[in-house]
Amino acid sequence: MKRARLFLLLLLLCVMSSFAAAQVRRAPAVMDDPAIEERLKTLSHELRCLVCQNETLADSRADLAEDLRDEIRVQMKAGKSDKEIIAFLTERYGQFILYRPQVTPTTYLLWFGPFVLLLAGLLVLFRYIKQRRDMIAEQPLSSDERRRAEDLLRTGSGKETA
Amino acid sequence: MLKYLIPLGLFLVLVVFLAIGLGRDPHEVPSPLINKAAPTFRLPQLKAPDKTFSAEDMRGKVWVMNVWASWCISCRDEHPLLLEYAKSGAVPIYGLNLKDRPEDALAWLSELGDPYVLSASDLEGRVAIDYGVYGAPETYLIDQGGVIRYKHIGPVTPDVWSDKFLPLVQELNRQGASR
Repeated sequence: MKRARLFLLLLLLCVMSSFAAAQVRRAPAVMDDPAIEERLKTLSHELRCLVCQNETLADSRADLAEDLRDEIRVQMKAGKSDKEIIAFLTERYGQFILYRPQVTPTTYLLWFGPFVLLLAGLLVLFRYIKQRRDMIAEQPLSSDERRRAEDLLRTGSGKETA
Repeated sequence: MLKYLIPLGLFLVLVVFLAIGLGRDPHEVPSPLINKAAPTFRLPQLKAPDKTFSAEDMRGKVWVMNVWASWCISCRDEHPLLLEYAKSGAVPIYGLNLKDRPEDALAWLSELGDPYVLSASDLEGRVAIDYGVYGAPETYLIDQGGVIRYKHIGPVTPDVWSDKFLPLVQELNRQGASR
């Protein structure tokens, strides 16, 4: 059983590495302008590689990531601003390419959901604490209760006298 | 009683969300191009490099554009299916050959058969970027007005073909005929 699983894992690794190999074939990029490379580095850290999904465009060695970096270089050379380049990419690949999606009605839940949950959690916590405090708070005996308590102590029997 | 029902209810909600999340393929990123005009391009044809092909040439027709490459592993799985779909004649299938060496692409077609009316060579992958391609094979359905109506990422399985593509093709053809 364990062996079979190990075998499957190895197989998966082989398949994955062959994918990676298929994606690396490409022509070298033009990277002669250090200012543009610097801008590209900052911008591409904000962008997701769509092939590997959990890597930024800056880190990814995937073929598409290299192409997109080239495309960004070309556009930067043409004098496009970062904003224009981001617009170009989201038009084609959607908000998914942004690691920090824009605040639009469709992403409200994403941006504000955690804070709503936090507020709800705080509310529940406060209510619970208040309830608990009321429960364990010492309440002074009313004069009636005090008299009954004294009666009980005096008779010492523990039996309540009506 | 309520004390147990509330956590149970929350747990069930969580289970439902996780089940939906697990059932979805994270590689299927919704395309922002659906119902937008297909990006224009003019590329050399794979089999006749002196001739070009453009999305504009397809105005007035419903057609399918399949992005493929000889280096693409899933394309090999998809290929026999494409041959079948092409043979049925439901809709013309055009190929966008992505970042391939033309000789590799031609060898692939002569070895496995050619389902495409024609293929255009996107040697640099620039057109693919315009179409938001991030993993071949990808397949687009484009209507008479040059608008992308559907996009499928990964091999077009028979289910996808009969449940998504064919009904849309029929509907578009009907609309086109009544126009």
